[in-house]
Amino acid sequence: MKTDLTDTTSSKINKALVLGRRAIGTPAVGMVLTLVIVTDEENAYDALKAANEASREHPSRTLVVIKRVSRSPRDRANTRLDAEVRLGADAGSGETVVLRLYGEVVDQAQSVVLPLLLPDAPVVVWWPVNAPTDPANDPLGALAQRRVTDTYAAEQPIEELTARADTYTPGDTDLSWTRITPWRSMLAAALDQVHCTVTSADVEGEEFNPSVELLAMWLAERLKVPVRRSRSAGPGLTSVRLETSAGPIVLDRPDGSLATLSIEGQPHRAVALKRRETSELIAEELRRLDPDDTYAAALRFGLERLDEEAATVAPAPVDPAPDVTAADAAPAESPEEPSAEPGKKAPAKKAPAKKAAAK
Amino acid sequence: MSTVDGANPLRDAADRRLPRIAGPSGLVIFGVTGDLSRKKLMPAVYDLANRGLLPPGFSLVGFARREWQDEDFAQEVHDAVKQHARTPFREEVWQQLIQGMRFVQGDFDSDEAFEQLKDTIQELDKAQGTGGNFAFYLSVPPKFFPLVVQQLKKHGLADQKNGSWRRAVIEKPFGHDLASAKELNEVVHEVFPPEAVFRIDHYLGKETVQNILALRFANTLFEPIWNRSYVDHVQITMAEDIGIGGRAGYYDGIGAARDVIQNHLLQLLALTAMEEPASFDADALAAEKTKVLGAVRLPKDLAKSTVRGQYAAGWQGGAKAVGYLQEEGIDPQSKTDTYAAVKLEIDNRRWAGVPFYLRTGKRLGRRVTEIAVVFQRAPHSPFDHTSTEELGRNAIVIRVQPDEGVTVRFGSKVPGTQMEIRDVSMDFAYGESFTESSPEAYERLILDVLLGDSNLFPRVEEVELSWKILDPIERYWDEHGKPAQYESGTWGPVEADEMLARDGRSWRRP
Repeated sequence: MKTDLTDTTSSKINKALVLGRRAIGTPAVGMVLTLVIVTDEENAYDALKAANEASREHPSRTLVVIKRVSRSPRDRANTRLDAEVRLGADAGSGETVVLRLYGEVVDQAQSVVLPLLLPDAPVVVWWPVNAPTDPANDPLGALAQRRVTDTYAAEQPIEELTARADTYTPGDTDLSWTRITPWRSMLAAALDQVHCTVTSADVEGEEFNPSVELLAMWLAERLKVPVRRSRSAGPGLTSVRLETSAGPIVLDRPDGSLATLSIEGQPHRAVALKRRETSELIAEELRRLDPDDTYAAALRFGLERLDEEAATVAPAPVDPAPDVTAADAAPAESPEEPSAEPGKKAPAKKAPAKKAAAK
Repeated sequence: MSTVDGANPLRDAADRRLPRIAGPSGLVIFGVTGDLSRKKLMPAVYDLANRGLLPPGFSLVGFARREWQDEDFAQEVHDAVKQHARTPFREEVWQQLIQGMRFVQGDFDSDEAFEQLKDTIQELDKAQGTGGNFAFYLSVPPKFFPLVVQQLKKHGLADQKNGSWRRAVIEKPFGHDLASAKELNEVVHEVFPPEAVFRIDHYLGKETVQNILALRFANTLFEPIWNRSYVDHVQITMAEDIGIGGRAGYYDGIGAARDVIQNHLLQLLALTAMEEPASFDADALAAEKTKVLGAVRLPKDLAKSTVRGQYAAGWQGGAKAVGYLQEEGIDPQSKTDTYAAVKLEIDNRRWAGVPFYLRTGKRLGRRVTEIAVVFQRAPHSPFDHTSTEELGRNAIVIRVQPDEGVTVRFGSKVPGTQMEIRDVSMDFAYGESFTESSPEAYERLILDVLLGDSNLFPRVEEVELSWKILDPIERYWDEHGKPAQYESGTWGPVEADEMLARDGRSWRRP
């Protein structure tokens, strides 16, 4: 069931939610969290669809905050809040409120959202596009335990990634990181099977895909070896190669769906490694709401340091000796150091990224 | 540099996104053409693969008498998966699975077939890299257990070499009394060491059953009242609405008590009544369960504290149902129980004097499994008698299936000018607060077998203790009287109601 409210307030929306629940005969609600989606009109439909699918796994109250663009001074002066309350079959397994903000209230979205949060339940904010530079200090982000961004949707993902590292606050997470969980899981499983020492790694994937960088930084951080990156036509990540004392371990996915795992001395094996839908990513994101320390460690490793260390080895596999120096040197550096410098550059590069993404 | 001595540098306890994937391994299913295999095991294997929890190269070997080729077997699995799997069918997952699918045709006494199985396993080790790790799932009637196990031994299939493992998975019934259970255990343990034998009690794989431990030991709200000072009694019910169907051969002579109480209900009792384990590992859990099962006492007068029944003709849910004695293949003189209710006591400080009523039956009102912890009435009520007339006892009900969840029942004032208090329910439903896609019990259990995690599997001691509880009751029933008749579609014989009425209590209508 759907209720349209024009020029309304949060308390009227709350009333509509209670009335709506009563009308469809389900006064008890078992919702476990509030998901706030901050987006523009263009991306609202897809984001809401993904959230509704994810709500089958995590029944939630979904608040979609759509900031309308005001094109004239008259529009900007004319502040208005419209809401669309959806319950029952129209809203996955929870309830949805689509909020459209006009005029000055666009900058005061938290005042609309705060009264609509579920009591005592965690809050997750998701920016499908145009995430703020510092999500934790964004007025809406400050309401949430968990802030989900997506650098993949940015115009300049790599710069965006560096900016994320600078402003990282526990509770931040990025869908580019969520996308590589199956890869990470398969690589960890491969190392479960072979007892060996990893000497270096190669990550290959399409250009402008921050998942490549995140996977490389995770490998470098965990394995303490140089990790090289290379470009391919995609889709997404295409290959990871670990050079080990027991021969190479290669996970290769040319078609974005079925991968092959090759381990020296073992038969090649097919592995299902499909690129996942946004709804599955969001569902994974909502599964755990505590800070993701592994993401933080990988993100903070820093791209500069990744490049520096990768440069210490020739592109071809080498004997382990040079790696020792690289790895020994690594822990001596403070983790913040490599990201400090790109941090200074970041704001300058951020601007075009934001502008472009807003188009 | 990452030097790996057992520890995997990519694994980190804090990295909670990474699931535990089983190591290289394969599963051999005996009796693969059976119902259980088609409806539960094959779909569970697919669902696991779909969730990315199976290792690359995971292999599934079917063993049965049917004259199939590998392709026929793959087709059969394909159909079973399409029809029964919980997660959507995805081609790439299927492609991953199908590479490791083999079928071995033969009888259980055929040496040739077991040699072929051995060759298949070796071939899979080469082609799929299963590393010699195989679990043998015996989805066969119990009379074949000894034969299959002996054949595995004879052909060297149970040998664990060079760090690889071989495990045996067996389904209930684990014998039909203590003596036969011990015999069976001896047969199995002669071939597989105790830690390599996994007894499936699929109830323990259910989310709600695992949640009993979370409910009790992760919260402060329930444990303080979880004892004789507050609990009046506990009712554990497993009701089925179906009859014996085509299982006459298996069921007659076994009966409801052996089929259900001995395993499922006593396990539920153990989880409900046990003390807090020192940790959530298999040994600590088994220790507590064994302790509480060892403390279970039967009442002195078995005539007054046990009831058995047989369903008679009647109407079940709008369909006409024949009585048990009229079922095809059943001896009209059969004394087999299709309903059993027993009263048990637990002799320890926590539960002394609190009866545990266990009941199970076929052709009852509806299909339901639940644990109801019923509390004592308030010692004093400031309200006058008429205002609390409709107030029952407080209860916490753990609904195991269907509609998994927990209900708390308590009294509440009826709106109006008069003071009138009536029972209301506060409800937590799994489907409402969590996923609509909780994993199936078999998914969890198969994964645990491959991981070698024995938390959710009853051990030999538990099985034997359960038989020790049930054997005297079965003996008493053999010597005295015959089952009471109850109309199909009702909640059991009147004798069961009388049994509780004698204690001043009544059965919940689940």
